[in-house]
Amino acid sequence: MGHKNRGLIMEEIVIKVENLKKWFPVKLGFFKTLTSREELFVRAVDGISFEIRRGEIFGLAGESGSGKTTTGRTLLRLIEPTEGEIYFEGKDITKLEQSEMKQLRKEIQIIFQDPYESLNPRMTINAIVSEPLRVLKVKSNPLEIERKVKAILEDVEVTPPEEFLLRYPHELSGGQRQRVGIARAFILNPKFVVADEPVSMLDVSIRAEILDLIFSMVKKYQAAFLYITHDLALARHVCDQIAIMYLGKMMERAPTEKLIYEPLHPYTKALISAVPVPDPTAKRSEKTLKGEIPSPVSPPSGCRFHTRCPEAMEVCRAKIPELIEIKDEHYVACHLYT
Amino acid sequence: MVLLDVENLTTYYSTLRGPVKAAESVSFNVKKGEALGLAGESGCGKTTIALSLLRILPPGGRIVDGKVLFKGGNLLALSEKEMRENIRWKGISMIFQGAMNALNPVYTVGYQIVEAIRTHERNVSKDEAKERTKKLLELVGIEPSRLNNYPHEFSGGMRQRALIAMALACNPDLVIADEPGTALDVIVQAQVLRLINGLKDKLNLALIMIAHDLSMIAETCDKLAIMYAGYLVEYGDITKLFKEPLHPYTRDLIEAFPSIKAPKREMASIPGSPPDLLNPPHGCRFHPRCKFAMDKCRKEVPRLIETEMDHMVACHLVGAQK
Repeated sequence: MGHKNRGLIMEEIVIKVENLKKWFPVKLGFFKTLTSREELFVRAVDGISFEIRRGEIFGLAGESGSGKTTTGRTLLRLIEPTEGEIYFEGKDITKLEQSEMKQLRKEIQIIFQDPYESLNPRMTINAIVSEPLRVLKVKSNPLEIERKVKAILEDVEVTPPEEFLLRYPHELSGGQRQRVGIARAFILNPKFVVADEPVSMLDVSIRAEILDLIFSMVKKYQAAFLYITHDLALARHVCDQIAIMYLGKMMERAPTEKLIYEPLHPYTKALISAVPVPDPTAKRSEKTLKGEIPSPVSPPSGCRFHTRCPEAMEVCRAKIPELIEIKDEHYVACHLYT
Repeated sequence: MVLLDVENLTTYYSTLRGPVKAAESVSFNVKKGEALGLAGESGCGKTTIALSLLRILPPGGRIVDGKVLFKGGNLLALSEKEMRENIRWKGISMIFQGAMNALNPVYTVGYQIVEAIRTHERNVSKDEAKERTKKLLELVGIEPSRLNNYPHEFSGGMRQRALIAMALACNPDLVIADEPGTALDVIVQAQVLRLINGLKDKLNLALIMIAHDLSMIAETCDKLAIMYAGYLVEYGDITKLFKEPLHPYTRDLIEAFPSIKAPKREMASIPGSPPDLLNPPHGCRFHPRCKFAMDKCRKEVPRLIETEMDHMVACHLVGAQK
């Protein structure tokens, strides 16, 4: 990888998220519901904003429980947002009826994490890849469908397509399965694609080629792409921009190389220094963060990271820092920079 | 001092479709206080090796050939009773894969560690075992009072720590850690790796760390063994292997890992996928994916040869040069 030509990113904003929130109510026992005064919520996503342009790969990274998966699902309206707006090509999709949403599904697709679970074992590759065309009634002519399926399988290098059309998922290797998942997502020529950890279930030896494929598909079809991951080392190789989430809040957002080489937020710094380095001679960083991510039911006051932050100050306990632009395109939510 | 010397270990699993040749003539050794990383893609036989050392293979698995010399004695010649009473946990213990599921959810963490102690050291009283458990928990950084908690009350990182405590319960000389970092977040993973590193130095433990992630091995181990489709293909000092890998597979595997610190470089995949072990390819098992495959590779299995002190490789390319 290490694409010299980063590919074209258009000016056109495809997805714009404003102050998005998703709070899941906590189910209490019957008696507790009667006695407790307030309702409790898991604040999975708590007021985040960003936008993704055409042809851009936007990485959303963080530890488990940071809200990155919930964000992805909310953008697809697989779960309903509690508050905030999601603009797709300038139109707020949070208010749309399910029937209107179904029309939009042609434009918005998802690639799942586990290629062993996300392909129906009883369907042939042909049926799996052509299903979006049939369900959304984009194409009805069988010949045309077949041509389209073959073309997309060529694109994802599951070749020769004729040999794979009538096979079942169990006959394919993990990498091939994920290629089929990618073909299914791109067959409708979508404008926005979400991928939730698309390579984490694959063997290391083939991760690079799948990421390469995703990269070239995004640039070829000029989709806006949300790449959700916990692996910063891999994210760095495909993403144009990376945002770091912690307990439902966005802590930092910057173009990839800036975020990796000049991280500003103490959490980003900790996250980067915790990534193991495949070099036995590399110097190991001495400090690691203490503890684990707190519960999102009762997140810490002020800056959510202050309980683990090596540089926490008085103000961090009291006031929530805003995400502000410090340098060109480099946003950070930390009191050290205000 | 060589603590563990494995010679030509061969393990097959019987299945209805024939034997799965999971490990073929694997040889390596681990010295006292040394950490060996065992790496390779899934299905290459890493875990099989670990289970064979402890002789806890699942039904159908059997050790067909070889020797496992631990402190000079052959473990494969011991009776099941001797294995349980003298070797497992006291000599060699294991941190099992999957911190999330390796503990029994219906017993408290303390109970499970006490059970491990009392199973292997019959003369220890319950109270003594409990005291020891408290010390162990403290050693791995868990508040000893949490002895009576159930696994679901622990976070992922704490469960992994509890498993480490359990592995140390009977003062073993060798600990096998099977994928100790997977399923954990990077920060917690870094904490666990640091803990393992610290304990290794403090207790002068020998360690075998099984991982598919070379970067985790690079952070902890002194030696590296690379496996492919049941064969050990290269073995040696980790710094040397990273700098001058001799086997094409080792080279490809190292190149498949992105580094966050180094400047961005081409990340390469290894085309194809590992072979089906029911029906492995003839000759070198890596030849269908190897860039340098020759006629000889298709016909003859390369032997593991020692190129220099403590550096072994099984590849016809290296044999040809000599």
